[in-house]
Amino acid sequence: MSISSEDARHVAGLARLELTDKELRAYTEQLNQILNYARELEKLHTDNIEPTYSSLNTGTLLREDKVCNFTDQAGLLENGPEVAGSSFVVPRIL
Amino acid sequence: MHKLSLKEARRKLWRGETTSELLTENVFQQIQAHEPVVQAYLSIYREQALAQAKAADERLKKGDTDGAPLLGLPLALKDNLNLAGTETTCASKILKGYISRYTATAVQKLLDAGAVITGKLNLDEFAMGSSTENSALQKTTNPWDKERVPGGSSGGAAAAVAADECFGSLGSDTGGSIRQPAAFCGIVGLKPTYGLVSRYGLVAFGSSLDQIGPLTKTVEDAALLLNVIAGYDEKDSTSVNRPPEDYTADLNSDIAGKRLAVIKELSGEGIDAGVRQAIEKMLDKLREQGAVIETVALPSFKYALAAYYLVATSEASANLARFDGVRFGHRNKSARGTLEMFKRSRAEGFGPEVKRRIMLGTYALSAGYYDAYYLKAQKVRTLIRQDYARAFAKYDAVLSPTSPSVAFKFGAKVNDPLSMYLSDIATIPVNLAGLPGISVPCGLENKLPVGLQIATPEFTERKLLQIAAAAERSSGFERMHL
Repeated sequence: MSISSEDARHVAGLARLELTDKELRAYTEQLNQILNYARELEKLHTDNIEPTYSSLNTGTLLREDKVCNFTDQAGLLENGPEVAGSSFVVPRIL
Repeated sequence: MHKLSLKEARRKLWRGETTSELLTENVFQQIQAHEPVVQAYLSIYREQALAQAKAADERLKKGDTDGAPLLGLPLALKDNLNLAGTETTCASKILKGYISRYTATAVQKLLDAGAVITGKLNLDEFAMGSSTENSALQKTTNPWDKERVPGGSSGGAAAAVAADECFGSLGSDTGGSIRQPAAFCGIVGLKPTYGLVSRYGLVAFGSSLDQIGPLTKTVEDAALLLNVIAGYDEKDSTSVNRPPEDYTADLNSDIAGKRLAVIKELSGEGIDAGVRQAIEKMLDKLREQGAVIETVALPSFKYALAAYYLVATSEASANLARFDGVRFGHRNKSARGTLEMFKRSRAEGFGPEVKRRIMLGTYALSAGYYDAYYLKAQKVRTLIRQDYARAFAKYDAVLSPTSPSVAFKFGAKVNDPLSMYLSDIATIPVNLAGLPGISVPCGLENKLPVGLQIATPEFTERKLLQIAAAAERSSGFERMHL
């Protein structure tokens, strides 16, 4: 299985990355190299093996979903590239 | 005084033979003298650090050291750890100028223990890399040889400790990012068991693999820092609630009768001959101390690197989705729509390796490929855990080189991603299984340090540090001093 530069363009779209044609060519080649190396995995029979999503035996522990205020709201807004009042401004969607 | 270990500096402080202000001044003099070449620091907090040092001296004068095991000791942080009010860049253009509004739990624990924070340290952008060459901000050099890389991704954290520009640092380790640079710079690097140290406030890369840990001059120093940063935190849902332990407790116990196994898959092909020789000599010294050393085959390891790069990049592609130019970080100003703004901001803000990994991870998670790549990789992870479990049924620890080579020259691997990834081949299985692992300097090859990696079962850091301390005692390794 190898990926074409069209596949790479599709993936770049999914990843929200605007890539130049030169970057796309380079990444297509490098991804194929890496995926080719990953083909090694196909040799392994894993049909009866359970996946390990986390190395913790306890799984993910949940806490009570309590609302608490963040103390430095002004600081958060200061990091915003464009802010109006307590909102982050983005370019028009419609 | 900057050459002292953390433990030695603490002893002098507690005995009143020096002050925190003097220690801190000494560190800043060292920084001033050597940073032009080493370039480990991205930010330096001279004023704040000296204020912290003065406050610590007041407490020391009163004998008020309870609950403050690091009182007055200068330490530094990898720049992917949040400290409220400071810039956190992850060595990326996309976060340049970003000011943290909260403090990572591990960092807060250092502050609560009285530590003086000297600054933030360089890394591969978003901790993705093995040489720190992927930093978008500056080039950190190896204090042993300025033509060579310090390793990565915690390259700044390792170089600063090796150059005596701090008494210890905190880094993060997703696939070897603490241990490999520690090996390259001739210091100690510890990756704790997944879940032992809270990840809250660490900028996420591969969430099921990331762990914060210390980089230090000695094994004992690593244990001292682990004592402070370990522990349950409700702000990290993967943090494990366990009774506290004193990780320094067994450091002086001998290792006679300990059963150690050299990993067959990491002792032959793919490992440089000089590195193998340094490890062999180290093994002889461990034998002299009464350890029983055998070889163990862990056949799943040959699949570890491929599995890792699928798991880590998949998780990274999801974690890095938050950098979209809306709430923080770089934003492209010319985009006409929101989608275009996302795409351009990310394209301009991320460097080549980060983009490459986002692409690989997005592909591995995309429709039609999920089972073949991501799911398959997670199954390989199970096989790796099973291999370790079989080994640990018979042995106390498994050993290997930390890295297949000593520090390489700048530019040697930048154009070949796969060859760069291969430098993590020995460290990656430890993360996939969530185990604790440590790199201890064990000798020199071509005048450059070689690291011995030791791994033990989960939450057995005491035993890990005991074996590491025995290796350190018998290695005869001497740190370099600039």
